[in-house]
Amino acid sequence: MTATMLGGPATQARPAPPEPTRSIVGLVSKALLLGLTVAIAIWAAFPLIENEQWTGLAVLAATTAALLYLYLTPRHIPLKYLAPGTILLILFQVFPVLYTASTAFTNFGDGHRGSKDEAVVAIQTASVTQVPGSQQYAMTVATTGDPGTGPLVFLVTDPVTRQVSAGDADGLKALDDVTVNAAGRVTAAAGYTVLNAGQASLRSAEITALAVPTPGGAIRSSGLSRAYEGRAGRAYDESCDCVRDTTTGQTWTADENIGAFVGANGERLAQGWKVTVGFSNFTRVLTDSAVAGPFVRTLIWNFGFAIASTGGTFVLGLLLAMALHSPRVRGRTAYRVLLVLPYAMPSFAMLLVWRDMFNTDFGLINNLFGTDVDWFGGSASARLAVILVQLWLGYPYMFLVATGALQAIPRELSEASRIDGASAWGGFRRITLPLLMVALTPLLISSFAFNFNNFNAIYLTTEGAPFPADNPANGATDLLITYTYRIAFGGGGAQYGYAAAISIFIFLIVAVVSAISFRRTRHLEEVHA
Amino acid sequence: MKEDDMRKVAAVLLLTFALAGCGGNDDSPGTQTSKEPKAGGELVIWADDKRSAALKPFADKFGAENGVTVKVQAISKDQQTTFVTASQQGSGPDVMVGAHDWIGNLVQNGAIDPVQLPADQTASFNPNALKAVTFNGQTYGVPYAMENLALIRNTDLAPTAPATIEELVEAAKTPEKLCLQVGQNGDAYHLYPLYSSAGGYLFGTTATGDYDPKDLGVGKPESVQAFRKIATLGEKGSKALKRSITPENSIATFTSKKCAFLVSGPWAITDVKKANIKYDISPVPGFQGGQPARPFLGVQTFYVASKGKNKALAQEFVTNYVTTPELAVALYEAEPRPPALTAAFDQVKTKDTDLEKFVQAGKDGLPLPAVPEMAAIWDPFGKAEAAVVGGADPAQTITAAGKTISSAIK
Repeated sequence: MTATMLGGPATQARPAPPEPTRSIVGLVSKALLLGLTVAIAIWAAFPLIENEQWTGLAVLAATTAALLYLYLTPRHIPLKYLAPGTILLILFQVFPVLYTASTAFTNFGDGHRGSKDEAVVAIQTASVTQVPGSQQYAMTVATTGDPGTGPLVFLVTDPVTRQVSAGDADGLKALDDVTVNAAGRVTAAAGYTVLNAGQASLRSAEITALAVPTPGGAIRSSGLSRAYEGRAGRAYDESCDCVRDTTTGQTWTADENIGAFVGANGERLAQGWKVTVGFSNFTRVLTDSAVAGPFVRTLIWNFGFAIASTGGTFVLGLLLAMALHSPRVRGRTAYRVLLVLPYAMPSFAMLLVWRDMFNTDFGLINNLFGTDVDWFGGSASARLAVILVQLWLGYPYMFLVATGALQAIPRELSEASRIDGASAWGGFRRITLPLLMVALTPLLISSFAFNFNNFNAIYLTTEGAPFPADNPANGATDLLITYTYRIAFGGGGAQYGYAAAISIFIFLIVAVVSAISFRRTRHLEEVHA
Repeated sequence: MKEDDMRKVAAVLLLTFALAGCGGNDDSPGTQTSKEPKAGGELVIWADDKRSAALKPFADKFGAENGVTVKVQAISKDQQTTFVTASQQGSGPDVMVGAHDWIGNLVQNGAIDPVQLPADQTASFNPNALKAVTFNGQTYGVPYAMENLALIRNTDLAPTAPATIEELVEAAKTPEKLCLQVGQNGDAYHLYPLYSSAGGYLFGTTATGDYDPKDLGVGKPESVQAFRKIATLGEKGSKALKRSITPENSIATFTSKKCAFLVSGPWAITDVKKANIKYDISPVPGFQGGQPARPFLGVQTFYVASKGKNKALAQEFVTNYVTTPELAVALYEAEPRPPALTAAFDQVKTKDTDLEKFVQAGKDGLPLPAVPEMAAIWDPFGKAEAAVVGGADPAQTITAAGKTISSAIK
C-alpha cells in the first residue's frame, strides 16, 4: 500500500527531458520509496508462496515490476501521476466491491463456510464416539526413530490387565520390557524413544491423525496422556458421494446445489459447504415477503432520515458558522472550540449515552423537562429522537466546513452587494450561499450517502424500535441497512451471501442518488464558475 | 544520462536487498521455526478479558510443566463470530473459552471437536453442566462454571422471599416493583423463568431429551396463554415489568435501592456487594398455581478448536488440566460463578454461601438450547415481550413472532 504513495518527486513530472543535474534529495527519496515498494512486495510474497497462491504472486510480481519500470523510465509522465491513485482505487474500492459481488452468488454463511472436504472431515470427526463398554487407556507417545521425525507409536496400558501394547497404523502389539509409573503410563520401553510433552506437541497433527485399528474400532489419542477406543459413526463413501451411518446404514447424499448432504427424508446434515448458488440470493431479496412487505415504508423513512440528518446539521452548522463569522463577535475562538466539542467525542459512546438519556423513567430528558414521553415507544417520537441525536453529533462537522468555506469567500463581494443596495438576506441568498454551495455540495452528497447507511445511529440507539406488534422484523426507525442486517444475521445465523446480495441493492440505490446529485453539482459549477 | 540511470538502478537494488534483508530476519521466526528444534509446541487460548487474566498463571504453569509455550489472548467482543471466522481462515486458537449455547453453531461450522472424557471424569461434574455441553450424543467441551438467574432481594426492603410473583408485586413498596431487565426490545433470557412458569416453552424435546427444533412453542396456544399472564405484569397491569428497565440500568437501579427485587445472575453480586446492600438470594418466583419458574442454565466451557494447529496439546489441556479443581477455583475468583466441577464447588461453597443459593435457584432450570435454531428465537421473542409489556395484544403479537421465527428456521 505504501507502494502507491510514491507519487514521484516533482522533478520527475516535468514533461521536458530530464535535466542532467537533479536534486540529490529527490533522487534519494525516490530510491527510498522504490526500495520500500520492493521490500513490501517481498514481504507480501512470503505468505503467498506459503499458501501456494501463484496467481496472487504473479499479480504482485507484475505490479511491482511495472511500478519499477514506470518510475525508472523518463517516459509515461501522465501515468506516473495516475498509477498511485489507480492502485489505491483497485485495492480499496474495486476489490471489495468485486469480492462482495462474488460472495453474493454463493451460500457463504453459518454452516456453509468451508469446502466440501472440510465438511466431510467435520462430519466424520463429530461422529467418533467411544466404543460402548470400552475403557480409556493411559497413553504415552513414542517413536522407534528420531523424536522429531521417526514413525509414531502409541504405548497404551490396559487399565484392567496393566498389559502394555505398542500401537501404530498396523494395530496393537504386546510389549514386555517396559517401565510403568503409578498412573499406568509408560515411562520407558526397550526399542522405543518416549516423547515428552514438548516433543509430542510439535507433532500434534500426526498424533491426532493416528488411529490404531482394533476389532471394535480404533484407538485414538485424547490429548497426550490418554487414549480411547473410538468408532466413527458416519463415514463418507466416494462411490455414492454420500455419508453413511455405520450402524443404521442410513445415507445422506451430497447436493451440490445447496452445499449439504441431504437424507431421503429431506433432512440435512448440519455441516455443509460453500457452493455457488447463482442468482438465488438476489431473487430471494426480491421475493422474500419479509423484505418486500415493508420495503417502501422503510425506504421512505431512510430517505427522510438521511435528508433530515444532512440538511439539519447543514443548516445548524451554517447558521453557527455565519454567526461566528462576523468580526463583531468577541471570543470567537473559544466559541468555536466549544462548538466543535461533540465532534471530538467518540460517536460510539455518545450514541449509547443519548440512548440512555431518552429512557422513559430514568432518562435525563424526561427528568429535565418533567415529561413522561415514551420516546422510543412511539414511531414519531422515536424518529424525532434519532434525528435529534444525529443533529447533535453532526453539526460540528458542518460548522467546521462552513466556517472554512465562508472564510474563502472574499468579504468585498458582500460589501459590494451591500453598496449596490442589496439587503443582508439578499446578499446572502444571491452571493454567499451559491458560492458556498459550490464548495459544500460534494460534502453534502457524501454526508447524505453516509447517513443513508448510518448503521450505528440506529443500532446503538433504538435498534430499530418501536416494532409493530404484528412484525418483529421491521421497526419504525429501521434503515434499510439495519433492517437487512437483522434479516441476514439475526435469524438463521450469519448469511453472508444473502447479506452481500442485499448490500448490492443498497449500493445501487445510493449510487443512483449520488450520480443524480453530482450531475446537478456540475450544473451548479457551470453556472457559478 | 545512461550512467545516471545505472546509478539509480544500483541504488534501488541496494536498498531493496538491505530492506529485504531486514524483513527476512523479522520473518524467519514465522516461517522457519517449525523446522528448528525448539523446546516445544505452542498452545493458543482465546477467552474474554476477565477470564484470560485468570487463566494466564495456569497457562504459564501448564507451559512450564510440559515444555511448551502457552499464549492466552483476550477477545473482548463478539467472541463466537471472531472464533468461527478466524478458525475458517486458519488463524484461530487451539482452545476457545465460551458459553455452551454456541455448540450448535460451532458444530455446524466444523469449528470444534468432541472431547472424550473417561467415566471418572464425567462423574466429577455437576450433571446439569455435563448435560448442557452434550449435543447430538457427544460431549463438546469441558464445562467449568455454571450460571442461572435468581431473585436477589434487598433484605432491608423485603425481609422475606416471595413464593409467587403475585406475592412479590404485593410486597414491593419501592418506586420500581421489580428490576427485571426488559429494555426497548425485550430480553428473552430474563423473561424465560416467568414464561415457563406461565406454561410457555420454546422448543419441545425429542425422545432422547434433546431440544427438537421442529416443535416450536412460540406461537402455540400455550405461549399465547403465557403472554396473557405476562401482560398482567406489564405497563398496563401491575407495572412489575417495564421497558424502561434495561440491561444497563437494572442492576444500578437495584443498588440505588429504587427496587427491592432484582432478577439477575451471579455476575450481579459484585456490584450488589460494592453498594453495601444486605441481600439474599432465592429462586425466581413463578405465577400462583402455575408451573415452577425455570431459569436457563448457562455453562461456561473450554472447547478444542477443530482447526487448531496443536489439537493433541489442546485436548491434553482441556481434558486433563481444565478438569483440576485448582483452575476452577481460580476462575471462580476471577468472576464468582458456581464451578461445574463438584470438588471445586465444595471447596468454595463454604466461604461463599451465595453459590449454594444460586444452584438451588437453578434446580428446576433448563440448559439454554444449543441448537443453531435458537439464534432465530432471541430477537423476535424479545420484541414480542417488549410489545406485550408495553400493552400490545398478546395473541396477535406472539403469533406474529412465531411466524417470523418459523420462517427463519424453515
